[in-house]
Amino acid sequence: MVTSASLLGLDPISIGNLMWAPLLIILMKVVVVFGVGLVATMLMVWFERKAIAGMNNRIGPNKAGPWGLLQTLADGTKLFFKEDLLPERADRFVFRLAPFLAFVPAFLVWSIIPLGGDFSNGKDGLVTWFGHTTRVQLADPPVGILLLLALSSIAVYGIMLAGWSSGSKYPLLGSVRASAQMVSYEAALGLSVATVILLAGTLSTSGIVGNQGNFVNWHVISTGVIPFVIFMIAATAEMNRPPFDLVEAEQELVGGFNTEYSGIRFGLFFLAEFMNTITMSGIIVTLFFGGPQGLFDIPGIPGAWEGTLWLIAKIVVFLYIYVWMRATLPRFRYDQLMNLGWKILIPASLGWFMLMAVLRLARDEDWNRGVVVAACIVVLLLCVGILSLANRVSKANREREGAMF
Amino acid sequence: MELFVFVVAAAMILAGAIGVVVRSHPVHAALSLILTLFGVAVMFVAQEAHFLAAVQVIVYAGAIVVLFLFVIMLLGVDRTEDIKTEPFKVQRPLAVIVGLGVIGLVTAAVVASRDVVSSRGSGLVTPDMADPDSNIRQLSRSVFGDYVVAFEVTSVLLVVAVVGTVLLTRRVKPVVKEAS
Repeated sequence: MVTSASLLGLDPISIGNLMWAPLLIILMKVVVVFGVGLVATMLMVWFERKAIAGMNNRIGPNKAGPWGLLQTLADGTKLFFKEDLLPERADRFVFRLAPFLAFVPAFLVWSIIPLGGDFSNGKDGLVTWFGHTTRVQLADPPVGILLLLALSSIAVYGIMLAGWSSGSKYPLLGSVRASAQMVSYEAALGLSVATVILLAGTLSTSGIVGNQGNFVNWHVISTGVIPFVIFMIAATAEMNRPPFDLVEAEQELVGGFNTEYSGIRFGLFFLAEFMNTITMSGIIVTLFFGGPQGLFDIPGIPGAWEGTLWLIAKIVVFLYIYVWMRATLPRFRYDQLMNLGWKILIPASLGWFMLMAVLRLARDEDWNRGVVVAACIVVLLLCVGILSLANRVSKANREREGAMF
Repeated sequence: MELFVFVVAAAMILAGAIGVVVRSHPVHAALSLILTLFGVAVMFVAQEAHFLAAVQVIVYAGAIVVLFLFVIMLLGVDRTEDIKTEPFKVQRPLAVIVGLGVIGLVTAAVVASRDVVSSRGSGLVTPDMADPDSNIRQLSRSVFGDYVVAFEVTSVLLVVAVVGTVLLTRRVKPVVKEAS
């Protein structure tokens, strides 16, 4: 059963004989994660509209249900019954496939976020349900956080193919922008994740959470804030949220890649976008803010539930930050976007990764600390100098040659 | 279980590979290629090479085929090609010969190494659930330890390719006097 354990065995529960109880527990976890994901997305849409309305001095949704809570449900029902248009020039198969390519990866990221469990004082976050040991996490695959990168690279296809298969100009422009943007920012995203992996020494998300024992060990502090800032920016770009929403810049592209979509197919893109916001917040919390690790012990609540409470609290903070960014920041210009991605974020994340690696090596090998720090500063300054020189030369060349297109 | 996974993944790989050749639309061909790459990733997981599976998806499906599609869309060659006409006459017979040759070589290799393949498991360090990161550790030992020179040379090769591409795209325009 070794192979089947390694195929299914993303969870300690599925080692050994798969009897009914473990299977039911896994099934229950799947259903709960799915349901919680949908409800959370629904609430997120409401929260975003309400918060932005507040920032814009408007009232926002207030008719359906108390405080307009059921507004999303009403919108969703409307989308279900709306006529589903298929453009004449569309590539039928790909047009139908694209919404699912956007939606499914957004959902799957949920599976690697540790949603609870007691990680305090070096415990491993395992819980026992009905006599079976498992994690409060759908799957704990050996590739762990790499699954996030894999899924976000699949999500590119959803947007790209949606734009292309619509068979019209504006969606195509939107999707070409999207693919360029997402591919560019994926590098910075991956490099800042690499810094976290370097410190945690493991790819598994539960291991990463377990490494962030108390507040000073949270990776946001122990990696020196820079990877967190880079990850936050790159994740925002990866999700195509404002200020990086060039993909669907209404003023320029009508509606971007989803212009030709209507009905529930549009609804799936919409859902995917908001679900990505939640899952990315969850990933940020997992990677940098200790996931279910609490700042202090909440009295009266058992450890595993306490983790879930902390996780939700932290995620809500990031959701608010995302809404806030959307309400306050103007959209980037396309060249600014590319400059930020390629000339600032990628070199910065690469440089910081090298720096952390050197510091780690110096600690392990017991090198002279002063010499190491001095050498690092010199090398960093040298790199920044060379980079800015290269930028200046290329800019001068561009200006001399004039616009290429 | 293993057989079932193998059959499904092999069917995916073959269907994708046939699709790449048969589909006349470049975008459809590229999508079929993704199917093949996913099948290979599933094979990697079945062989407990989890890290390779992830890299397969991230790098090949996530970056390389996206670039293919990007170029297809940007150049506007996304229309159906007529695959009946043949630009080079020798191409098809040559493809048949090369294909048969590859099949022959692979079969010969399998037959020749039958003894080694059948006695699997002995001497192989298989990663287990207890240490999910053993995959990466082994891989990095060989990439950055045993084969570090080859690795570095490959990366230099890639940098050369990038620099060359940039150089080729930047053709020097004749200097125009007036500034507009």
